[in-house]
Amino acid sequence: MTRFFTSGFSHLILFIGIFIMIAPVWMIFASSTHTSSVINMDGLQLFLGDSFYENYLRVLLYQGGFFKEITALKMFFNSFIMATGVALLSVVTSLMAAYALVYYRIKYATLLFWIIFITILVPLELRIFPTYSVMAELNLVNSYFGLIVPISASAIATLFFRQFYKTVPDEMLESAKLDGANPWRFFIDFLVPLSKTMIVAMLIFMFVFGYNQYLWPLLVTSSEQYWTVVMGLKMMSGSIVHRFAFVMMSMVPPILIIIILQKHFIKGVFQDK
Amino acid sequence: MSFLELNKVTKVYPNGTKAVHETSMNVENGEFMVFVGPSGCGKSTLLRMIAGLEDITEGDINLDGKLINKVDPSERDVAMVFQNYALYPHMNVYNNLAYGLKNRGIDKQSIEQKVNDAAKLLQISEFLQRKPSMLSGGQRQRVAMGRAIVRNPKIFLFDEPLSNLDAKLRIQMRLEIKKLQQKVGVTSIFVTHDQVEAMTLADRLAVINNGIIEQLGTPIEIYNNPKSLFVAGFIGSPQMNFIDGELKNKTLFAEGFEIKNVQSDFNGEITLGIRPEHMSQSDSGLINLSVELVEQLGSDNLIYGELKNKKDFCYRCPGNQLIEKGSKISLNINDNNYYVFDKSSGNRVN
Ligand SMILES: Nc1ncnc2c1ncn2[C@@H]1O[C@H](COP(=O)(O)OP(=O)(O)OP(=O)(O)O)[C@@H](O)[C@H]1O
Ligand SMILES: [Mg+2]
Repeated sequence: MTRFFTSGFSHLILFIGIFIMIAPVWMIFASSTHTSSVINMDGLQLFLGDSFYENYLRVLLYQGGFFKEITALKMFFNSFIMATGVALLSVVTSLMAAYALVYYRIKYATLLFWIIFITILVPLELRIFPTYSVMAELNLVNSYFGLIVPISASAIATLFFRQFYKTVPDEMLESAKLDGANPWRFFIDFLVPLSKTMIVAMLIFMFVFGYNQYLWPLLVTSSEQYWTVVMGLKMMSGSIVHRFAFVMMSMVPPILIIIILQKHFIKGVFQDK
Repeated sequence: MSFLELNKVTKVYPNGTKAVHETSMNVENGEFMVFVGPSGCGKSTLLRMIAGLEDITEGDINLDGKLINKVDPSERDVAMVFQNYALYPHMNVYNNLAYGLKNRGIDKQSIEQKVNDAAKLLQISEFLQRKPSMLSGGQRQRVAMGRAIVRNPKIFLFDEPLSNLDAKLRIQMRLEIKKLQQKVGVTSIFVTHDQVEAMTLADRLAVINNGIIEQLGTPIEIYNNPKSLFVAGFIGSPQMNFIDGELKNKTLFAEGFEIKNVQSDFNGEITLGIRPEHMSQSDSGLINLSVELVEQLGSDNLIYGELKNKKDFCYRCPGNQLIEKGSKISLNINDNNYYVFDKSSGNRVN
């Protein structure tokens, strides 16, 4: 009986938590399917209206910005490129950096690692002007390259991969060597598949990180062509329902990525056991 | 020229540990060589230098007529079975076996042929699609062996491959390794600190102590003719009994008894060694033992007791010979089957 009570109680708490998180999202979604006049007169709506297609289509295709050069669709495209670029590039670089730090006989490898690690304490915001001037010198302002590269070295991912590599037994490397594997083959045939789970986790993490960038894209793009979704959230003008629709849509890509990759993530966890 | 030649091989680790001292030996083609010795004596280090996993500080290693000091492990064509198997956890058994072949650029069909042959030989054909985590200890052991065999290397190196198995499986795998080696005929070096394993597997045996080969020979040579106190104590189970004494003009004085006409010109403090199985009971024997413990093994009985000077002593007698706990027995040494060692240097002197 007490068991039922406690488990019932904890479920209740969980449901309250879920409700607190979901309710505002639902209200925005429900409201975004009405016309602006309904919202302006009656406030936020709890039930679905019938302007879903009309609102969402208009938001996607509306030429926004000061120069009417950008649509929401293009923003999604930009954000997708940026987030994917950041995720792939940072995972690849940190995989390789960790490999070099752990397996190559580098003098002061530990010191080097901690120097990399300390960069966590120096967030982008702090070094944003020097970074910008480097990008400007290199003529990379207003390009996808400029959006992606400066935020694609991840100390955290390097830390995770390094700690993981350190748990891989030496015999595995030795055995692979005797089986004729060169360093590159050992990396591709062993370390990468063995860290698959972690790679997927890092891809998700870095995708969301890249997607959520605001300050850096704002600074490095002057052309509206390169606006991202998160910038768009700020820049959006138009009626309230359209903004709501845009907010709703802006949540879709990260959620999609998590749903798609999560399968591999869980599969990986179970297979490696 | 021998198949494998070690010439004054020395290993000093970067931290200054001298693990192997000027070791020289030859291993013939097809021979089963065993390195045996206590923990930390440098067996693995020696093996790993042959494999190329450790740099050689000084000396030369020749394999099949070629100096291999600076040859990369991947080019040496040696295969090694590790203590914890080091199977590749993310590959199934088939790929574990095939991996080394793929790296050598062998075509798919021959790989399949070779892997299937090796799997059949080791009776792991039905597990080929499984991951190593889904195998038992003994099956993993077989996969590790299969990975070595499939490449048909110049030499097999085993680093205590049986020590993770339970006693029964260990004996079974020991037999299988020996049979397999005879069938395949590949030169093998096997490292162990278990002297029974060493005796049963070896064509020849190297007893290593503190980075030095104390003695090299066939198991029976070493058992019958240990050259030093260390080898005498290490080979043979139960261990050889040791009694301190003195040798003067061919007469050996030990506590409570003496032996005349010892075949030795040595004079001074000695240690007398007698194997438990080299004695028999007699009414007026040399050695008097008060029995404290009797282990009945069936075929044999092990009698443990104390000498007059309270030193432990062991006697092995046939299983039908009943000796009571607490009784006193007296023993004679059979056919002068005793060993005399210089007490200070440990060298054999008779
Ligand atoms: N990487 C290393 N760096 C420094 N010293 C080492 C290293 N590896 C081994 N040693 C030392 O070298 C000596 C020989 O080690 P080795 O591993 O060859 O012993 P072993 O005979 O294989 O022992 P065991 O039966 O316990 O495996 C030991 O004293 C050990 O502490
Ligand atoms: Mg060892």
